[in-house]
Amino acid sequence: MSETPQSGDATAVDPASPEFERKVIGLIAKKKKLEPSTITPESTFQEMGIDSLDGIDLVFTFEDEFNISIPDQVVQKMKSVGQVIEALREVLTKRAPSA
Amino acid sequence: MRRVAITGMGVVSSMGVGLGAFWDGLMAARSGSRRVSLSDPNLLSVQIAAEVPDFDPEKHLAGISIDMLDRFSQLALVAGAEAVRDACLTLEEHEHDRAGVSIGTGVGGASTQDVLYRRYYAEKIARAHPFSIPRTMNSAAASQVGMNYGLRGPGICVSTACASAGHSIGEAFEMIRAGRADVMLAGGADAPITAPVFKVWEAMRVLANPPDAATACRPFSRDRQGIVIGEGSGVLVLEDWERARKRGVRIHAELVGYGATADAGHITQPGIDAPAHAISLALTEAGLRPDQIDYVNAHGTGTRLNDATETTILKRAFGDHAVRLAISSTKSMHGHAMGASGAIELIATILGIERSVAPPTINYSEPDPECDLDYVPNEPREMRIGAAISNSFAFGGLNAVLAVRRAA
Repeated sequence: MSETPQSGDATAVDPASPEFERKVIGLIAKKKKLEPSTITPESTFQEMGIDSLDGIDLVFTFEDEFNISIPDQVVQKMKSVGQVIEALREVLTKRAPSA
Repeated sequence: MRRVAITGMGVVSSMGVGLGAFWDGLMAARSGSRRVSLSDPNLLSVQIAAEVPDFDPEKHLAGISIDMLDRFSQLALVAGAEAVRDACLTLEEHEHDRAGVSIGTGVGGASTQDVLYRRYYAEKIARAHPFSIPRTMNSAAASQVGMNYGLRGPGICVSTACASAGHSIGEAFEMIRAGRADVMLAGGADAPITAPVFKVWEAMRVLANPPDAATACRPFSRDRQGIVIGEGSGVLVLEDWERARKRGVRIHAELVGYGATADAGHITQPGIDAPAHAISLALTEAGLRPDQIDYVNAHGTGTRLNDATETTILKRAFGDHAVRLAISSTKSMHGHAMGASGAIELIATILGIERSVAPPTINYSEPDPECDLDYVPNEPREMRIGAAISNSFAFGGLNAVLAVRRAA
């Protein structure tokens, strides 16, 4: 099991920025061993060959990377890269700023 | 009842990856015991282990998702791949339902659990990795090996501590004999080298801890101190004899008998009657008289109690013939690979039959009055082995004995 370290600087990326989108796509690309340029917000999990187990592995990666907790009902809505970015923005925006 | 051929073997042990490294190690009377490689061994009183040296899963498991695998499953997949290659095994589409897997483990996903608990208790991280269950479940190795080859027949994982592989192979053998499967990949895998596993074995006070790691495990020798914890995997291809004959594959040996008994006595102290009975059952099933057995691969853990008791067990089961047996504990070299032991040791036994050599018991320095049989001390012995047994007597009093004979 790869031990993703708790990332301190991830919160520095503004969730609304294009940089955040690139970061999320980069994480997906790394996990699925895909070329980031082939992934767009329109890419679906199905197209990228992400099955249900890969999906929860990705969620775990996002949780560790951004130090957030993604509720099950939000996870269930994630079927494309765009939906992932949207959900992460929602969770990150709602989160109380950490000290 | 059908006959069962052993047509393929694969092994990963502290001797290295593969049958070649394994046999070379045994013939060189080499010890696989070394200083443990754990990154933080400071709290360990015993720091000796028989680890698989320089194991790089990426190198051996191309195309397989390593993230999904605990080390014990990785070892099983590598041993399984060698066994399948060695058997030149291919399955027609209709044969997949008649081919199965039986890979046991004693400890299971120890390193995954270690990470899990460290994150939770020490690092206070609330999230567990979602692959934790697929990695830690004891049946993971059996499932992964079965998935790799599309084995849709019986799939089981027997967990009987240090006899796990012995029972796994025995049960697979009975399935083929009874006609419930034609081919079984059978064996065991364990990778228990984590600090907590060491601590619990230390607490049992059965680990060897001399200054020199290489000579730590000294089965049957008067100065024996105890067990060296090891790791590894052994997988064998068991095949219906007629199927093997028809396809003309080399048959390493014939698996002819399996005896399984339980002491139903003490949870750790070994019994005598039940293990001796397991030997007799295996011989009876094999149709072999005690005096037809030439070699015994002993359970031979190297503890004071096990080795003296096993000597008594062998005298009980073999009577006057016990003194003529060549007996060795190959654990003296590859360490105690827990739930993989029975498979690794059966492979040592079969290679001995094929090559007419009894592997030695190394680190044997002086006879013990309580262990007064022939333990093939320190050097391999050239001898014809017509038939042999391999013993697995586990903590918990669960005993498995496998009998094999030269293919004919």
